[in-house]
Amino acid sequence: MDLTLILFIVLAVVAILTALGMLASRSAIYAALFLVLNFATVAIFYLMLGAPFIAMAQVTVYAGAIMVLFLFVIMLLGAEKLPKGEVLPWQRPLAIGLAAVLLAEAGYLLFQRLHITAGLANPGAEVNAPEAIQAMALSLFNQYLLPFEVTSVLLLVAMVGVIVLTKKEKGES
Amino acid sequence: MTFALLIEWLIKGFVLVLVLLGGFAYLTLYERKALARIQVRIGPNRAGPWGILQPIADAIKLIFKEELIPAKADKLLFILAPVVTLVPALVITAVVPWGSEIMMFGRVITLYIADINVGVLYIMSVASIAVYGVVLAGWSSNNKYAMMGGLRSSAQMISYEMSLGLAFISAIMLAGSMRMLDIVEAQRTLWFVLLQPVGTAIFLIATLAEVNRPPFDMPEAEQELTAGYHVEYSGMKFALLFMAEYDKMIAISAIGATLFFGGFRGPFVDTYPWLGPIYMLLKLVILLFGMIWVRATFPRIRYDRLMAFGWKVMLPLSLAIVFITAAGILLAEQVNPLLIWTVPALSLLAGVFTIAMIDRELRRKEYARA
Repeated sequence: MDLTLILFIVLAVVAILTALGMLASRSAIYAALFLVLNFATVAIFYLMLGAPFIAMAQVTVYAGAIMVLFLFVIMLLGAEKLPKGEVLPWQRPLAIGLAAVLLAEAGYLLFQRLHITAGLANPGAEVNAPEAIQAMALSLFNQYLLPFEVTSVLLLVAMVGVIVLTKKEKGES
Repeated sequence: MTFALLIEWLIKGFVLVLVLLGGFAYLTLYERKALARIQVRIGPNRAGPWGILQPIADAIKLIFKEELIPAKADKLLFILAPVVTLVPALVITAVVPWGSEIMMFGRVITLYIADINVGVLYIMSVASIAVYGVVLAGWSSNNKYAMMGGLRSSAQMISYEMSLGLAFISAIMLAGSMRMLDIVEAQRTLWFVLLQPVGTAIFLIATLAEVNRPPFDMPEAEQELTAGYHVEYSGMKFALLFMAEYDKMIAISAIGATLFFGGFRGPFVDTYPWLGPIYMLLKLVILLFGMIWVRATFPRIRYDRLMAFGWKVMLPLSLAIVFITAAGILLAEQVNPLLIWTVPALSLLAGVFTIAMIDRELRRKEYARA
């Protein structure tokens, strides 16, 4: 058993526990904080797979920016405490059923592919090289330039939309 | 990994933390002395000669103070928040190089802790984590003023993080790398502050907002919020929050010195590598004096103006700066290396245009009021 495997097992347990904690906690603030921890663990998984850029982007964008905005909204609305009891009583059995289907699918795929071990041996080998960032940037701005630009236009449209929606109309106080 | 290497890393990490904690103590003295001189006072001079024992006296006072936890506070988060604030302030400096390499005890010792190829991104991600401490401190106190401070800080820090990141990008593009050592090496002949003066100015302004220093100390505005997010904190917990603020100042000055002011580079540093930390310290002291000077000079600006300034002035200007830098580098590569000077020229033009626009807007408002 090497060090990486031990690290992986510990991190996996933390990731699952924080995910469960997020689902189970009755305080919205604690749920958000569990989610932050979960994102941080996932970032460390990316690091272990030899993808430092994705790991850092995960921390900056998800754990940093987006979750802070979540916290901001929760605090601003004063919605820290969830009401006791279920609001949608049919939701829980349905969710359990769907989760069981998902688990079955994932398990089936996992066991079917269990004998195919190639490709997982050392996933970080090529991206681990010192030029990993350059390689990623080159493929992002050459091979995937169009999707990249389309995404940025999408974000711009969303931004303009928000400004238009929140702007006061003329004559309105 | 050998045992000696592990010991070396441990010692270096320990030394860095000690430097930051000792630096915090003497930064408070430095600030009080400098503020006092600016306000024609003498400043602390009772404890020890020239008041140099003042930080120790302050620490002893804070340790012996009673620690209060409000009855309706969220105890776990209330205790955790100062720690969450302090840790990012300490770990963010791990990627800042203090020199190249020196020989000591028959070993080559590198004067940096981590040399990762996503150094600048690491700084961005730790800086974005740093918001949590302040927000949680504000929320867990269960006090409306503290809460307002926490909300303000989260909005403010996210808003200015954009401009900060874009200022980083101009330095990254000029160096062509995200490694801090490469960035320092690229400034061997010319500091980036000369190539990108407006980018440096944006960085310096955005960092003031990131570390909640005056004139952007909205989260702890005394007059409006009595002290903002740390109003309920006392004793050592208050000291931790205070420590985090000053360590963030040191860290952000070290990052600024590395990205725009040549890092540990200076005359003769190639022949005598131990000069590196000394140059770095000098640059730190000068940049920190700038922050203290700003505090002594400018009044706090109003919150809506702070947000308007961040979104309507800083963000468009920094986007323009990124565009100008990219275009200038492309011109220099494709046509003539001398064309790199279009970067500072056009940036200064954009900066002057921005200032003229602000001036015009302020005049218009004054005219409308009168």
